[in-house]
Amino acid sequence: MLIMLFLSSGLFLGWSLGANDASNIFGTAVGTRMVKFYTAAFVASIFVVLGAVISGAGTTHTLGKLGAVDMIAGAFMVALAAALTVFWMTRLSLPVSTSQAIVGAIVGWNLFAGKPTDMAALTKIASTWVMSPVLAAAFSFVLFFMVKYLMKYWKIHIFRLDAYTRIGLIVVGAFGAYSLGANNIANVMGVFVAVAPFESLDIFGIDFNGVEQLFLLGGLAIAVGIFTYSRRVMMTVGDGVVKLTPQTALIVVLSQALVLFLFASKGLETWLLAHNLPTVPLVPVSSSQVVIGSILGIGLAHGGGGIRFRVLGKIASGWVTTPIIAALISFISLFFLQNVFDQQVVKPVDQTSIHETISPETHKHG
Amino acid sequence: MIFKKTKNLELKMDAFLDKISEAGIVYRRGIKNYMKNTSDDFERHVEQIRQLEHEADELRKNIETQLYTQTLVPESRGDILALMETSDDVIDRATDTLVEFSIESPKIPEEFKDGFIELARTTVKATEEMVKAMRAFMRDPLNVRNYLHKVYHWEKESDRIAGELKREIFASDKLELSEKIHLRYFALHVDTLADRAEDVADRLAIYTIKRSI
Repeated sequence: MLIMLFLSSGLFLGWSLGANDASNIFGTAVGTRMVKFYTAAFVASIFVVLGAVISGAGTTHTLGKLGAVDMIAGAFMVALAAALTVFWMTRLSLPVSTSQAIVGAIVGWNLFAGKPTDMAALTKIASTWVMSPVLAAAFSFVLFFMVKYLMKYWKIHIFRLDAYTRIGLIVVGAFGAYSLGANNIANVMGVFVAVAPFESLDIFGIDFNGVEQLFLLGGLAIAVGIFTYSRRVMMTVGDGVVKLTPQTALIVVLSQALVLFLFASKGLETWLLAHNLPTVPLVPVSSSQVVIGSILGIGLAHGGGGIRFRVLGKIASGWVTTPIIAALISFISLFFLQNVFDQQVVKPVDQTSIHETISPETHKHG
Repeated sequence: MIFKKTKNLELKMDAFLDKISEAGIVYRRGIKNYMKNTSDDFERHVEQIRQLEHEADELRKNIETQLYTQTLVPESRGDILALMETSDDVIDRATDTLVEFSIESPKIPEEFKDGFIELARTTVKATEEMVKAMRAFMRDPLNVRNYLHKVYHWEKESDRIAGELKREIFASDKLELSEKIHLRYFALHVDTLADRAEDVADRLAIYTIKRSI
């Protein structure tokens, strides 16, 4: 039972991810009444869970390289720090992403534990934050012209186009939800992977390991977030922020799903490696920023008019402020948890192992 | 299942546009019959256009109900609804005009008959191009412009012919003022059909921009 208490911060993070990020996938479809909310919520929940359990390992591995939180109380506080950052920044109407918050929180733990942060991993992660919306813009830009060309030569009746678009929004939405689950489960459950004491289960001859169980729990938390809270967000996305036609909405969701998938798929990475092609780093990215990139691509395809560059500037500032705030909250709250609540948040250092790792060079010079 | 419903709706929309197009032909022939004093044929056309108007009304209501109860084409259904109602005005106008001819039996002097026939022919051309533009809007929005300018052309042409006809009527010294006013009223009504087609074209011009992705 105690484990569930410790996991609660991650589950809360999952819930808020479901509440907010599902709207990036199904927002326009539901907001424009092309897809019913319950259909969208059902499809999104199923595929988020599938994506998390089947393909969530890749991005989790990258976060693990950034900082391996080694005590469950520490993991609890890291996830809580990220959740608090997301909560407060959302309240202050600042652009925020779970992915950036969790990275900051992990770095905060590294600082508190006195462990070095893998700068190569951090640079890789930060570069994908910039790369992901740019890539999404490129995808939607190209897809826009492809769809336009198709519609010009494939003269579809308006009613039939409506039916195709509805089916497309559900199918592409399912793909988007799968990719979201695969890409973002690391944010929710990544810090618990090394410390959660789940045993492997054998279900009908299929091995269901501890990490998969953890991801299933996280996926279910996201699903609960989708069902309980995403409806309002979806209606806002569909009604207000940006006016998209159902066809452009389909393009936006597809390019978003492709980007999230690219940054999460181990299968794709293996395939690229096998063909001597450059690989895409497996990093949790922000689906909100990816979706803004996709919409920007559509704006550019329309000639670039009406793009509000201030919004883009705000997002870019979030790349810096979110991790810093999360790191600070994480550091301070870890201090409190350790010294006020008397919880071990960092594994005590084993003296002998340190001794063994001291290099001969150090020995020589004392 | 979803495609069966869609196909059914497409067929109904095509049938609705067929009714408008057919009403144009009946209208033109009805006026011609009236001018040629073939009253049996004329009354047959009046009956025929009434029937077409009724059928178009039924189809329109049916399509509108289906669009709203099944939440189809949520982005454009308001536009489609407005288009159907405005184009329904065209068929209503055509029916009313033929019925007015039937009720009021205006006496048309021989020298104005060709003018009326020509006016009816031109206004119907505007409605025919309007129907083509509507069909293009449904399937091939990039082509709508090709028809819209023709609607505007025939509408202007109708105005010109109606203007000349009215001028000649009032210049005539064989008619009483009451007869002149009666004839002007009919010239006006025959011409109104093209104005209604222009209303549809105006809407189409905007809705086509909205429909492009």
